[in-house]
Amino acid sequence: MRFSGLRILKEGLTGNKGWSPHWRDPEPKAEYDAIVIGGGGHGLSTAYYLAKNHGMTNIAVLEKGYIGGGNVGRNTTIVRANYFLNGNSEFYSHSLKLWEGLEEDLNYNVMHSQRGLINLFHSDGQRDAFVRRGNAMVNQGDDAVLLDTAGVRKILPYLDFDNTRFPIYGGLLHPRGGTARHDAVAWGFARGADMRGVDIIQNCEVTGIDIENGAVTGVQTTRGAIKSKKIGLTVAGRSGQLAAMAGMRLPIESHVLQAFVTEGLKPVIDHVISFGMGHFYISQSDKGGLVFGGDLDFYASYASRGNLPMKEHVMEAGMTLMPMIGEAKVLRSWGGIMDMTPDGSPIIDKSPVEGLYLNCGWCYGGFKAVPGSGSVFSHLMATGRHHSEATGFRLDRFRTGVGIIDEEGTGSQHNLH
Amino acid sequence: MRVNGKGLIDRSRPVSFTFDGTRLQGFAGDTVASALLANDIRLMARSFKYHRPRGVLSAGSEEPNALITVKRGSDAEPNVRATVQEIYEGLEVRSQNAWPSLGFDALGVNDLAAPFFSAGFYYKTFMWPRAFWERVYEPLIRRAAGLGGVSGTASAAEYEKAFAFCDLLVIGAGPAGLMAALEAGRAGVDVILADEDVQAGGRLLSETHGVEGLSGSDWAARAIAELASMENVRIMARTTVTGAYDQSTFGALERVSQHHAPSKDAPRACFWRIVAKRSILAAGALERPVAFQNNDRPGIMTASAVRSYLNRWGVAPGRNVVVFGNNDDAHRTAHDLRAAGVHVAALVDSRPDARVTGDFPVFTGAQVCGSTGRQGLEAVTIRTQSGTEKIATECLAMSGGWNPSVHLTCHMNGRPEWRDDIASFVPKGGAIPGMVTAGACNGAFSTHGALAEGQAAAMETLEALGKKGAKSDLPDAEDTPYRMSPLWAVGGTGRAWLDFQNDVTVKDVKQAAKENFRSVEHMKRYTTQGMATDQGKNSNVNALAILADVTGRGIPETGTTTFRPPYSPVPIAAMGAGAQGKGFAPERLTTSHHSTVKRKAPMIEAGMWYRPSYFPVPGESHWRQSCDREVNMVRDTVGVCDVSTLGKIDVQGPDAAAFLDFVYTNTFSTLKPGRVRYGLMLREDGTVMDDGTTARLSDTHYVMTTTTAAAGAVMRHLEFVHQCLRPELDVSMISVTEQWAQFAVAGPKSRELLNGLLDMLIDNDSFPFMACGPVSVGGVDARLFRISFSGEHAYEIAVPARYGASLFEALNEKAAALGGGPYGMEALNVLRIEKGFITHAEIHGRVTAFDIGMERMISAKKDCIGQTMAARPGLLGAEREQLVGLKPIGAVKQLTAGAHLFDPENPATREHSEGYVTSVGFSPTMGVFLGMGFLKNGRARHGQTVKLVDHMRGIETLCEVHGPVLHDPEGGKTRG
Amino acid sequence: MRLICPVCGERDRREFYYMGDAVALQRPEPDAGAAEWDDYVHLRENPAGVTRDLWQHEAGCAAWIVVRRNTVTHEVLESVLATDLKGASA
Repeated sequence: MRFSGLRILKEGLTGNKGWSPHWRDPEPKAEYDAIVIGGGGHGLSTAYYLAKNHGMTNIAVLEKGYIGGGNVGRNTTIVRANYFLNGNSEFYSHSLKLWEGLEEDLNYNVMHSQRGLINLFHSDGQRDAFVRRGNAMVNQGDDAVLLDTAGVRKILPYLDFDNTRFPIYGGLLHPRGGTARHDAVAWGFARGADMRGVDIIQNCEVTGIDIENGAVTGVQTTRGAIKSKKIGLTVAGRSGQLAAMAGMRLPIESHVLQAFVTEGLKPVIDHVISFGMGHFYISQSDKGGLVFGGDLDFYASYASRGNLPMKEHVMEAGMTLMPMIGEAKVLRSWGGIMDMTPDGSPIIDKSPVEGLYLNCGWCYGGFKAVPGSGSVFSHLMATGRHHSEATGFRLDRFRTGVGIIDEEGTGSQHNLH
Repeated sequence: MRVNGKGLIDRSRPVSFTFDGTRLQGFAGDTVASALLANDIRLMARSFKYHRPRGVLSAGSEEPNALITVKRGSDAEPNVRATVQEIYEGLEVRSQNAWPSLGFDALGVNDLAAPFFSAGFYYKTFMWPRAFWERVYEPLIRRAAGLGGVSGTASAAEYEKAFAFCDLLVIGAGPAGLMAALEAGRAGVDVILADEDVQAGGRLLSETHGVEGLSGSDWAARAIAELASMENVRIMARTTVTGAYDQSTFGALERVSQHHAPSKDAPRACFWRIVAKRSILAAGALERPVAFQNNDRPGIMTASAVRSYLNRWGVAPGRNVVVFGNNDDAHRTAHDLRAAGVHVAALVDSRPDARVTGDFPVFTGAQVCGSTGRQGLEAVTIRTQSGTEKIATECLAMSGGWNPSVHLTCHMNGRPEWRDDIASFVPKGGAIPGMVTAGACNGAFSTHGALAEGQAAAMETLEALGKKGAKSDLPDAEDTPYRMSPLWAVGGTGRAWLDFQNDVTVKDVKQAAKENFRSVEHMKRYTTQGMATDQGKNSNVNALAILADVTGRGIPETGTTTFRPPYSPVPIAAMGAGAQGKGFAPERLTTSHHSTVKRKAPMIEAGMWYRPSYFPVPGESHWRQSCDREVNMVRDTVGVCDVSTLGKIDVQGPDAAAFLDFVYTNTFSTLKPGRVRYGLMLREDGTVMDDGTTARLSDTHYVMTTTTAAAGAVMRHLEFVHQCLRPELDVSMISVTEQWAQFAVAGPKSRELLNGLLDMLIDNDSFPFMACGPVSVGGVDARLFRISFSGEHAYEIAVPARYGASLFEALNEKAAALGGGPYGMEALNVLRIEKGFITHAEIHGRVTAFDIGMERMISAKKDCIGQTMAARPGLLGAEREQLVGLKPIGAVKQLTAGAHLFDPENPATREHSEGYVTSVGFSPTMGVFLGMGFLKNGRARHGQTVKLVDHMRGIETLCEVHGPVLHDPEGGKTRG
Repeated sequence: MRLICPVCGERDRREFYYMGDAVALQRPEPDAGAAEWDDYVHLRENPAGVTRDLWQHEAGCAAWIVVRRNTVTHEVLESVLATDLKGASA
C-alpha cells in the first residue's frame, strides 16, 4: 500500500477500514542468507539497504522485544552532520544525505525537520575549536555558519545573554541540522524492509551464536535455531552480551543517558540548541514538548533509568541558558543504554569470527547515523568490503592507535567521554 | 451550583478571581475547578487534537482536560490543573489552546475532519513536495499543537531545592498513610508524611462515611494534630513525591506559595531530595472512565469526582445528574447526591445482577451509549435490554472501577501485576527496595482495609528498622466489599474517548492493531495514547484492555507501558533551582581580582576562574592596543601577571621522587632540591594529559604546577595512581591552589623589581634560571621560582593567599616605577606564541608527545603512565600532524585559529586537509601575525609554503611553515 | 543513588567521581605485550549484573574505592578501599 494524502482522504471517507499492517509478523524460517540481530534503527535500516541496495531479500531481523524499542525510540531525535575528524566527517555527511531523501525513499513521513542546529561557545578557545569544526564541515561539503553574539541573539533572543555564568560568545550554525520523529524512522525502515521481503521477527531473543571452525553458522533463539552464514550485530547497549556469545570482548562499556520531555507548549523554540558548557541540548517537538538531554549519569548501567544528580544538572543548565523555560514542566524522563567506546566513535567492522559483523559503539550519537549506518553496514555484510564513507570505524584502531577518532579530545580511554 | 450545608470550604471567606477576564467568586478552600463548577461553568478547555470542548474529568492532579494558565506575562504558569490550583483573592486564570475564544475555537474545525486525522495519519502524508515540510506543514502542525505557552522571557519567580533525611517516608496521607504515620510516629521513628493535597485525609475528605464516629475529615484532622505534636514527625502538605530512585532516594515537589498571591517571602515551589531508610506507599487509587460514544463532553466526569465536588467543595456539577458505573462504589455518588437534594435522573449499572436501592430511577444491565450537548452535556442515551432512552442531564458521573496508583513502584523498572478480582494492576512486591505498599494503591479499597494495611505496613517497617511498634486498636470504619465487573468500552459506531487530552479513541487503538502496532508500546507511540500530560493515568488500563481484546490476548499478556518519573509534572525551574544566571557554576576569584577590576581590566572566564583580558590605559580604545603595549612592556621592561589559577599540588614523602617519575614522562628523582623542571604528563592511552613545572623544595618535598584547566583532573589522577596503582609508595599529596597566590614577574627588569621588594637580594648565581627557593618579602615567607612562560628573564613569586592582594599592589607599584605594569591573558598568549610554548589549545587531548616534538621526554629508563601505549604505531610517524609555527607570506597578512591547512595546489576539501591552526596572535615584537598549528609531517616541512583556508571567516592566505619558537630561540634572555 | 565510602559512610552519588571497571587496578608490566595492554585499557567484560568498579570520593576524603554493584538493579553490595585491596594482593 502506498501512503499519500489521497489515500488518507479515501480511507477517511470509507471509515478507515482499508489500512493494512505496516509490516508482517512472520514465523522464522530455518535458514536465511543473512540475519541482522537487533530490530532497532540500525538493524532495520541495515536490513532495508541489504534488500534495496544489494538485492538480498532472504534475510531476517531478530528482535527480542518489539522493534524500535531501544535507543531509536528513546533519544532526543537530533539529526546532524557536524563532526570534524576524518572517519566521522564523511560518514555523517553520507548519513545526512540519506536523511534528506528518506521520506521519498521510504514513503513514510519521518518528519525530518531541517530547522537548524546551533552549537554555542563561551570563550575564545571554544570559538577556535568550533571554527575548526565549521571549516571541517565545509571542507566535507556540508554547511556551517559562524555566528557572533549578535548573530545568536537575532535567532535565539530568549537566551540569557546578560547575566549568565558563561556568556555566549557566539555559535556555529548548521542549517541542515535538525530533528526527526524517532519512532517513525524505525517503523518506516521496517515497512520498507518488509515490503522488500525481509522477515521482521519480534519477540525472538538470540540466546547463542553458533560458530564452527571460526565461522558463524547460525543462532539459537527463544523461537528455535536459525541458520545463516552472515550475521550482523546491531544491538546497541547489549553489544557486550552478544559479543560474549561469540567468545569476544569488546572495547565497550554500557552507560545510561537520560532524556526529558515537557508538557506541550505553543511554539517557542524553533531550532536545535546545543550548550556544550552545560552538557545540554534542546529542541521542541512538533507536538509542543520541549525535548532535552544532558550528559551520561556516569556509571556502568543496564537499567534504562537514571538518577537525580544528572536530572538536576540538566535542568540547571537549562535554567542558566534559557530561564524562560522555567515554567515548563517536565512530563517524563527516561534513560537509554549507551554502548560507550573508548574514543567516543562507533565500530563498523568484521569481527575475528568469519561471517560475524559488528555494528556497535554508537555512544550517545546513534540516532542521526541510522540511515548511514544501515547503508554502510549492509555494504560490508553484502560485499565483505568497507563502504568508502565508513573506512574509519575499525575495531583494531584501539590496539594499534591508528585512526583513533576522539572528537571530544578526552582520550581513548573508558569513561572519559 | 453550590449545595447548602455541604463541603469543607469556608463560606465566611469569599474569594474573587478571574477566568478569561470574567470576575467570579468562590470561597476559601475552593480549587479553580470547584469554583468554576459552582459558577455553573463547565467548559474549561479544549482538547489537543480536535479542539473539542472540555470540562473537568477528575478532581485531582490526574486531570487531563481542565488545564489552565495562571497569572500572566513572564510570571505565567501554563498547563496548571484547574483541579489542583487553589483560588486566592486576585488570582488570574485563563483558558488555553483555544482561539479566538474558548467558546468559539477556530481549530474546532479539526473535529469535523476527524476521519482524516485517524491514528498515525501524519506518517502517511505531508511528504510532497519535500521542502514543504519545514515551510508549510510543520509550522501549521506546531501552531495547532501545544497546550499553554511560555512567554519567552524569564520569570522572576523563585524556586528552591533542599535535602531531607528520615527513617520512614510515608507517601500519601489518606487513611492508610495516616495510620502508618501514626503507628510509626508513636514508635518514635523519624517520619516524613508527604501528600500532594492541601490537607490530609485523601478520599476521606470526599466521602460521607466516617471513621470512629467522626466524619472522615474530622478524623483526619485529629490524626494530623497528633502527628503534628510529635517532634519526630514532619508533615509535608502540597508535596507530591514525584520519583523513586536508587538507595531509597525520592524526589518531591512542594508547592510552597502557589496557593496565595505571589510574595517575596517564599519560593513558588521547592524540589526536595528525600533520603529515607524505608518508605510506605499509600498513594490511593484513581477512578477510570468508561469509553462510550462522545464520552468527553463538559459535564461528564468520574463518579468519585462528582462526590468530591459535592462532599468536599459543596458543589453539584449539574442540577440533575446521571450516574453510570460497573461497580457498587458508583452507587455512593447517587446516594450522596440524593441526600444533598440534587436530582438524580438515573443510576445506570452495567451489571445485570447489580443490587441497587434508591430513590431514583435505576437501570441495571444497561449502559450509557451516547451523549449530546455541544459545549456542555445536555442528555445521555441509555441502552437497556428493551431499547434506548434519552435522558436530559447536565452531568454524568461515570465509573469503570478503580486503578491503584502503582506509578512510583514502576520507577525502578518494576512491572505491576494484574489482579482479576479488581480488574486492575497492583504493585509487585519489592519493586522499590525498602518500600511497602498499603491501602487502595495496593488494591485494598475499603477504609477499614486501608487502615489495616497502613498499620501492617508500619509494623513491617518498624521491624525492618529494628524498632518495636505497639499495635494500636484499629479505628472503626466501613469495610464495604468492592464489587465490580469490567466494562472497558460500550459498543457503538462513534468515537469513544480513551485518552481525553490527546484525543485517542477506541477506533484509533483498533486501527493501530490492524496496522500491526500490536505491542502495547507500539500502540502507545502510534496513537499517542497515554502520552498526554496525565501520562495515561486515566486511560492506560482501558486502552490496553481494548488492545488485548482486539489482538485476542489477555491483559497480563499484553503488558503495560512503563510509568516513569515524574509522577506529576515538575517545573524545570524547580529541579534547576539556583542555577539561573550565575548560579550554574561557582565563581573562583583570585586575590588580585578586586584590584584588577578596579583597573578596568575586562574579566574573562578561565574554567571556573576569572582572569583579566588586558589592562587598558587612557588613550587605548581597542584591546589590541593594550595587548601590544603589554607585550612590548614585558619584552622591554617588566610585567606582572597573576598566575594563581594554575593548579598547585604539594607532593611530600620519602617516595615523592619515585612517584613523580611514574606520573611524569621525564625524570624528577634526578632533580636537585632548589631546582625546577618542566614535566610532561600522559594519560594511560599515551596522549598528552597536561604539562607544567615542578619544583623540588627538598629531598622529600615537591610542588607541582598544572594548567588551570586540568588542575582538578590531575589531582584526581595523582590520587588514582597512588592509591590504585602504587599504594606501596610513601607519598602524600594535596591541592594547594587556593592556599598560595602566585604572580609572574617577567621582563628584563624583573630581578630589579624583585630586589626592590625581597628582604634579601638575589642575583644570577643565587637564583639562576630554573632555580627555586624560599624568600622573604616584607617579612612574609614566600617561594620564588625562576621560570618563564614568556621567553624573558622571569620569576614567579608565591605567598600565602592572604598576602596576595597586597603583594599584587606592591609588585605593580614597583613595576610602574620601572616603566612596567600588569599584563593580562591576551599579552600572555602572544608572549607564549612568540616563544612557541603550548597550552591546551595545542595539547587538546588528541596530541601525543611525538606530535609536539617531545617524544624524547618519555624516558626509556623507567616505566611511566602512558609510556607503553604511547609507543603504539598509530601514535608516532610522519602521517601524524605535528606542531609547527606559521607566518603569513601571502597578500593577506592575517592568520586565524581554527583554519585548516592545505598544499597551495590543492582545493580546500576534507581529503586534502593537512592540518589546522590552533593559536594565533599579532606579534608586536616581530610586526606580524604568528600562528601555531599542526601539520602532517610538519617538522620535515619547515620553510615550505602552505595554504591557510578559513571558510568561516572568509580568509585564505599562504603561510610559511617554521619551528614553533621564534622569539630568542637560543634562550639567552631567559637565562640572562 | 548513594554509595558507601569506607571512610565517610553513606553519601550521595554526586560526591563521587566514576572511573569504570576495577580492572584499572591490574596495570600490566610495561613489556606485557600489545594484547595485554589492549585488554587493560580497552576491552571490557561489561557485565549486565554484578560488577566491580572504581569510584573516588572526590568531594569528600579523596579515597578511591572499589564498589561491588549490580548494573541492572543499581544495588550496591560492597565498598572497599582500593589501597586495602592492593595491600591484600601485594
